[in-house]
Amino acid sequence: MNFSPLIISIKVSVIATIITFFLGIIGARVVVKMKRGKGLVDGIITLPMILPPTVVGFFLLLLFGKNSPLGRLLMNFDISIVFTWVAAVIASTVVSFPLMYRTVRGAFEDVDSDMIAAARTLGLSETRIFWKIIVPNVFPSIMAGTILAFARALGEFGATIMIAGNIPGRTQTMAVAVYTAVQSGNRELAYKWVAIICTISFASMFLMNYITSRHVKKNVKRGGL
Amino acid sequence: MSLYVRIKKKLGKFMLDVDMTFEKDIVGILGASGCGKSMTLRCIAGIETPDEGQIILDDRVLFDSEKGIDLPPQKRHVGYLFQSYALFPNLTVEENIAIGCAVEKSKRAECVREKIEKLHLVGLEKKRPPELSGGQQQRVAIARLLASEPEIIMLDEPFSALDSHLKWQVEQEIAELISTYKGYTLIVSHNRDEIYRLCNRVAVITDGHVDAIGEKDMLFENPDTRESAILTGCKNVSAIERISEFKVRALDWGIELEVNHPVSDEIAYIGIRAHFLKPICSGDSIPAENYLKCTLVQVIENPFSWILMASGEEVAVREDNPWSFLRCEVEKAVMKKAPQSFEGLEFPKDCLLLLKA
Repeated sequence: MNFSPLIISIKVSVIATIITFFLGIIGARVVVKMKRGKGLVDGIITLPMILPPTVVGFFLLLLFGKNSPLGRLLMNFDISIVFTWVAAVIASTVVSFPLMYRTVRGAFEDVDSDMIAAARTLGLSETRIFWKIIVPNVFPSIMAGTILAFARALGEFGATIMIAGNIPGRTQTMAVAVYTAVQSGNRELAYKWVAIICTISFASMFLMNYITSRHVKKNVKRGGL
Repeated sequence: MSLYVRIKKKLGKFMLDVDMTFEKDIVGILGASGCGKSMTLRCIAGIETPDEGQIILDDRVLFDSEKGIDLPPQKRHVGYLFQSYALFPNLTVEENIAIGCAVEKSKRAECVREKIEKLHLVGLEKKRPPELSGGQQQRVAIARLLASEPEIIMLDEPFSALDSHLKWQVEQEIAELISTYKGYTLIVSHNRDEIYRLCNRVAVITDGHVDAIGEKDMLFENPDTRESAILTGCKNVSAIERISEFKVRALDWGIELEVNHPVSDEIAYIGIRAHFLKPICSGDSIPAENYLKCTLVQVIENPFSWILMASGEEVAVREDNPWSFLRCEVEKAVMKKAPQSFEGLEFPKDCLLLLKA
């Protein structure tokens, strides 16, 4: 059995999760602070969660394809994104981003506004408030968002196959490998990949539940929830 | 040296429009819920931005809409005690106090130590806010506020979130703390008794504007507007019709009253506090003036006093006019006769309050 889909999947989803982690937090912070156009921006960046992944992949193809301005600009530097593992990272990032963004945004909005106001009157700088007060208080949500994003990136299929294709050893991820195995009638191989994907997915859900329940316990011990 | 606040802020249909100057003193801001008193404090702290106006603390301009000055809360040095205390749940008591500590790093531990001792928090240093009781949380919030060395302390309904048995104790502690604090202290409350006990000066806010401001004794004994009379606890207020310089007709009660002071054109209401009304029972001599024959509507018994709800016989008591009821409070030791023998009320001349609209 060739394990390259596993390695490609892990590589792609880890990198995508790292990018989503930062973009999601920054996106959530920017949108929460926005005074106007909040709904519109929120809608646009949540869209990849609602659209069929193939449509997202199609949009990415339009954006990075050889005929687009961005594609042509990248061509000038001899960079071609489409049908490379980088394209798979982009697809996974775009699709997993809304999960991270939504989870963290919800947590940011739940942060007691009086607490932030109090921190300001005490003279704490905005950066210090963000890192010392807001982030520690929404840490469980950040973790939950990260794991959800990772799980989503790992299972990404539609957008990936549109923009990164199905090149064994280069862009073929586990999700795509299952599809290929079934298509070519290789049931046994399909079962193997399904088992591996299920194991990793279960493990990440357990990890998430563990972190959430640990936080609940901590709160109960602290006497409030 | 004073705190000057003149701000306007529109919030939907509500218009906050206050103009006040405070000396370095303990000032109470008294008003019903939703009158804009907390919003005023928030504007001073810089948490909310007024639409226009000026806020000047001593010689520092905190806010000036015309000059485009709007200092962030971080630079205002204004301490705000939130109703919810707004402690940082991820930090311990010690860290909560230390994080806003204004002294240099080398002396910080000492400063935190001193605040912990001053506010009786010894033994709780390593605990986190959710582990503490309401009273302890409030003390942490006060310690944290004092550690930031603010020039103004603002307490927003400091007793509202406490159990009634804690209130008294906490009030004593706060009274002691603010009496030693050398700066401006503003206390917002809807409870006139708290304000009276804690403050030296009082501002009464009604519907977003300053109704009255002055020494507390003057304000409580001689409120000059209807709203400040009601907020300082006057239970009986009636609209009037001027008859002569020293005589008015109280429309809601149906009685002509002789008064001690000349009635100017501005006077539109008359008031009398519940404990100044004198109940007259059968067998008592009927006073020559300011006497109203009444029907007893309701008797409420307190441990040491009676509350008699009555209405003048000439006025039909209307459900839609709560002011037609007269509320008289009398000590049981003073009123020896049974409330059932009640026949009428005397309005002592020197207890009547002449009020502007």
